[in-house]
Amino acid sequence: MAATQSIAKRTSTQSNFVQWLSRLPWWLLFLILAGIILLYQFLTNELYSVILSKLTQGIVTTIFVTLVAFTCAIILGLIAGLGRVSRNRLIFNLATLYVQVIRGLPMLVQIFYVAFVLTPAFFTVLNAIGMALIPVLGETNFMLTSNTQDVTLLARAMIALALAYGGFEAETFRAGIESIGRGQMEAARSLGMSYVQAMRYVILPQAIRRVLPPLGNDFIAMLKDSSLVSVLGVRDITQEARLYVSASFRYPETYNTLAFMYLTMTIILSLGVKWFENRMGKNGRGS
Amino acid sequence: MGAVPNAKQPMIVIKNLVKQFGRVDAVNGVSLRVEQGKVLVIIGPSGSGKSTVLRCINHLEVPTSGEIWVDGIHLTHNHKDINAIRAEVGMVFQQFNLFPHLTALDNIMLAQRIVRRRNEDEAGRMARKQLERVGIPEKADNYPGQLSGGQQQRVAIARALAMNPKVMLFDEPTSALDPEMIKEVLDVMLELAHEGMTMVVVTHEMGFARNAADEVIFMDKGVIVEQNSPEQFFSSPREERTQTFLNQILR
Repeated sequence: MAATQSIAKRTSTQSNFVQWLSRLPWWLLFLILAGIILLYQFLTNELYSVILSKLTQGIVTTIFVTLVAFTCAIILGLIAGLGRVSRNRLIFNLATLYVQVIRGLPMLVQIFYVAFVLTPAFFTVLNAIGMALIPVLGETNFMLTSNTQDVTLLARAMIALALAYGGFEAETFRAGIESIGRGQMEAARSLGMSYVQAMRYVILPQAIRRVLPPLGNDFIAMLKDSSLVSVLGVRDITQEARLYVSASFRYPETYNTLAFMYLTMTIILSLGVKWFENRMGKNGRGS
Repeated sequence: MGAVPNAKQPMIVIKNLVKQFGRVDAVNGVSLRVEQGKVLVIIGPSGSGKSTVLRCINHLEVPTSGEIWVDGIHLTHNHKDINAIRAEVGMVFQQFNLFPHLTALDNIMLAQRIVRRRNEDEAGRMARKQLERVGIPEKADNYPGQLSGGQQQRVAIARALAMNPKVMLFDEPTSALDPEMIKEVLDVMLELAHEGMTMVVVTHEMGFARNAADEVIFMDKGVIVEQNSPEQFFSSPREERTQTFLNQILR
């Protein structure tokens, strides 16, 4: 009897230890270990430190593209999201068309399309208008003299990313707005506010608070997708890596470094988003 | 007679109101009038169309047909007119519908600022005065989530009163409240009635109807079944359906 009890006790302490082990964030320990090994390489291995300094030349571009494109995407998304909840059929259909086209195309295809189809098409139209307006504006008006080359590939890449993410954010904003109860709009309208005033002062402040965490996650996704601009030759960190590899054939070293740089940024950002979510959860003033 | 025709014009006139939701007739030909300073209580079983009538008065529901005048202004589909009338018609909802991202004070100030265009001082003073009136001046800086149901509903009443409305509409204001909080809200409403506010109240509170109403309407299946003084309505109703309804709830 006593023996079986002590065995039972031992297995229970054992299983406690096993439980404790299994609860450790092994994925994080693994990443930290990999990070330490890579850091050691950067400090001691000359090839790694050369690669790191090469790729770092693209970091400003990566961050710049991400920030600018994401800011534009938020503005586009808010406008299109408001269009998606509009009762005006024309506005609703325009917004829905935009969202559906964006969601149905691979982002890589969108980047090519914006860079090599929409931008030239825009200037073809602009030049035609300039041609028609020669009698008014003269032969040196900017609509006639400007051309596709005036828009850098960097700018086209950012426009494409902004358009693509604007479509996703539109649905995020729509969901946020629709999550606010109908009673809020009714109460605002019953006090004499117009639809626009009710949106501006009552619905949007609440909706935006709710969509901040998903927006944070989309910002991280944008950082990763900014690597796609390398297909246009924009020299972000991915493009710098590709250039280095094509000359040196140092595939593992280069792509280890590239992956290290992205992971460092995304993990820090996702910890930031998590911290922000917790903070919001704590001082949340009701729904 | 008739020397000053506007002095005693009715506050609300409804003629032959019909509201259909799809194929369902929610309101099927209701006509009524509410004189200035009077309290009209509408009672009836759920689904009788009483809330819909109320919500048509400030166009939260667009009537299918029929005509409505508020303070002599004909309600049409013109958006400017509708916003103007809504500013004169205070509404209190079953679910309070306070703005959760604003403090009690800011809830009361918001529409004053952007609809009445009052400045911060003036709106703030009015807001505190109305919070005083509903008996919770100390809750000015609390968010709705920090208030009890009864307190939230009183803030909602203060929010509507701060617009200086000519009429107050109450849509089952105590139905979502815990029993011990019903009285504090009804007391505020009684006070308002005694001060001469024109009110239309949809409620199941028969005590309030008996004490505050100048007239009681009983609705069923989208029509007015009986319209009577509160004394007669509760002691000797004319209609058999009214009697049946009263027997069911006044047990």
